[in-house]
Amino acid sequence: MIDPAYSPQEARGIWVFLEQDAGVLAPVSLELLAKARALATESGAELTGLLVGGDLAALEATAAKLDLDRVVSVAHPLLTQFTAEAYAHAVDQVIRTQKPDIFLLGATAYGRDLAGRLAVMLRTGLTADCTDLALEAGTGLLLGEVSGFGGGVLATIRCEQHRPQMATVRPGVFPEPAAADRAAAKVERVNVDVPAAKCLVKVVARHRKTGVDISRAERLVVAGAGARGEMPNIEALAQALGAEIGATRVAVDEGWAERERQIGQTGVIARPKLALVWGASGASQFTCGIDQAEMVVAVNQDPEAAIFESADICIVDEVAPVVKALVAELQSHGGAE
Amino acid sequence: MTRELHTLVCLKVVPKSEEVGVDRETNTLDRANARSEINPPDMNALETALALKDRFGGRVSLMSMGPPFVIPTLRVGLAMGADHAYLLSDRAFGGADTLATSLTLARAIEKLGDVDLVLCGEESSDGATAQVPPGIATWMDIPQATYAMDVDFEPGQRHLVVTREVRDGEEVLDVPLPAVVSVKVSCNEPRFMDTGRFALLDNEELVTTWTADDLGVDREHLGLAGSPTSVAGLKEAAQASGRRRELVSGTPEEEGKILYERIIEFLRGAGTRGQEAPG
Ligand SMILES: Cc1cc2nc3c(=O)[nH]c(=O)nc-3n(C[C@H](O)[C@H](O)[C@H](O)COP(=O)(O)OP(=O)(O)OC[C@H]3O[C@@H](n4cnc5c(N)ncnc54)[C@H](O)[C@@H]3O)c2cc1C
Ligand SMILES: Nc1ncnc2c1ncn2[C@@H]1O[C@H](COP(=O)(O)O)[C@@H](O)[C@H]1O
Repeated sequence: MIDPAYSPQEARGIWVFLEQDAGVLAPVSLELLAKARALATESGAELTGLLVGGDLAALEATAAKLDLDRVVSVAHPLLTQFTAEAYAHAVDQVIRTQKPDIFLLGATAYGRDLAGRLAVMLRTGLTADCTDLALEAGTGLLLGEVSGFGGGVLATIRCEQHRPQMATVRPGVFPEPAAADRAAAKVERVNVDVPAAKCLVKVVARHRKTGVDISRAERLVVAGAGARGEMPNIEALAQALGAEIGATRVAVDEGWAERERQIGQTGVIARPKLALVWGASGASQFTCGIDQAEMVVAVNQDPEAAIFESADICIVDEVAPVVKALVAELQSHGGAE
Repeated sequence: MTRELHTLVCLKVVPKSEEVGVDRETNTLDRANARSEINPPDMNALETALALKDRFGGRVSLMSMGPPFVIPTLRVGLAMGADHAYLLSDRAFGGADTLATSLTLARAIEKLGDVDLVLCGEESSDGATAQVPPGIATWMDIPQATYAMDVDFEPGQRHLVVTREVRDGEEVLDVPLPAVVSVKVSCNEPRFMDTGRFALLDNEELVTTWTADDLGVDREHLGLAGSPTSVAGLKEAAQASGRRRELVSGTPEEEGKILYERIIEFLRGAGTRGQEAPG
């Protein structure tokens, strides 16, 4: 066994990485906080939020109002923009001195990059892309539930000897918490050393997309490969329903929708009230992205399509005539409010 | 610099996702009926490597950690145009989590000594979800760029320009070599096997197998022994996630009408239901 950075006996508290970009917190960090608070209450642990960035003054004030006992703030000019090496180098120093028991991050591009590097630097275990977190009865060990093989299999992973116990959680898995009503958390500023040798990668450009975030949409109209040629009607339906457009990977690859509208394992985990899915086969890499929807409607011409396993209302038919009929119904009733 | 680019592609051979189940008696994975394939995004990594070779020359090596039965699958990569394959195979590697897997791959890449670029897929379908590439980079103490949509190379300067996906958009990174880059699934169209290369495939010399002894790593740091995480339990994901699966049929017009009614009925009721946490 590789020697851990510190022992379970020395480890204290639950930490959440408060991911930020240009001064805005990632929604997944807030989702994690609610879950982390529940775990902290169960085990009597202190809950700490970790901020990392260039100038953090404004974010410190925001973070102090969250449901946290403590905020640790790590500011350095070379941390203004996320780069995996520099961030990992900085966070490694903080973790080695403060010795958290559990360290949680969002499974975003930045969160996964940071977690993957840190786990190796700290010689500890990392449970990636958890779909649930719990504490094991008796031992108090963190249990991370993960899905493998495109969602078909669920495994529970734990890390017995090494600390911190690290886990990343997909955006959308936990609901965002209601605003906390508590005393302001104390903010602790920590200095770190960021050598230029850890800043070899340079961010040359950063393009923000249109900014649609379908993980927050209440209603989704989803196009699969079977919606070929029907995008105008799919868009009319979304309009009439006041819904956002979502898409399977095949539909995104075809260019029918922007990549940020992709639903599934490598896209967005959506949690709408209503999802209408047109011409998708129901691959588990896709359905894991709509499993949290309250109601799913599926239209597919193939009665054997797997998507019907994941739907509340199933229509075995061609996309074109049904989508047209539904749009006509909605328009004749003036939409759906 | 004039030295040719040596690109190494990490290929994982995985059971086809849709063919893996859970043995309900033993609660272990049942892969008996699953066929093998190259992890899909790794095919995109290989295509990226071969496209760089087409443009700038150099060599492409393949590396995989797994049992000997993956060799025929690795030969697919050779037929597509890779020059050599390395299989890391030893009982001591079995049961490895991300930490041990990335250590094993990193030490083997270091043994080659002259690798400029390590290309991986973004994540493996059966696995450790995107942690192995940053792990390899960290063990080797070199930079990483993950979720690449496009990898461009400036031959004279030994830098890559990587366009990658992040949460709400894209980033363009300047990445000095050597580095680890992982590519997004379907960022390109992997080429077909080159029939002209089929004759090469019986050539035993194109595949080198290394064991734990060849890597000179403490066995305590490999495989199950070197893995801080362990599986505490396994189950098959809930079937059909409790959906109603009501079949609505008729002419398209009738279906549209019923669908409209169901939707309105649901949305009216959802005002109160929406208060509960979705189950
Ligand atoms: C590592 C990895 C990650 C992945 N991540 C994702 C992800 O995040 N999201 C995702 O969506 N996929 C993902 N995939 C891909 C996934 O496995 C499927 O290939 C994809 O979801 C299929 O998309 P589809 O259902 O639109 O297309 P298809 O599988 O081609 O299905 C089309 C369906 O439409 C039906 N159809 C065709 N024509 C009509 C018509 N005229 N009327 C009605 N029905 C019709 C067909 O019967 C068929 O069932 C991933 C794959 C891998 C390997
Ligand atoms: N056993 C392995 N052999 C070769 N490459 C691997 C192995 N495991 C992971 N990889 C590489 O790391 C990438 C990400 O895998 P993972 O971190 O397991 O999701 C894969 O797409 C492969 O390129």
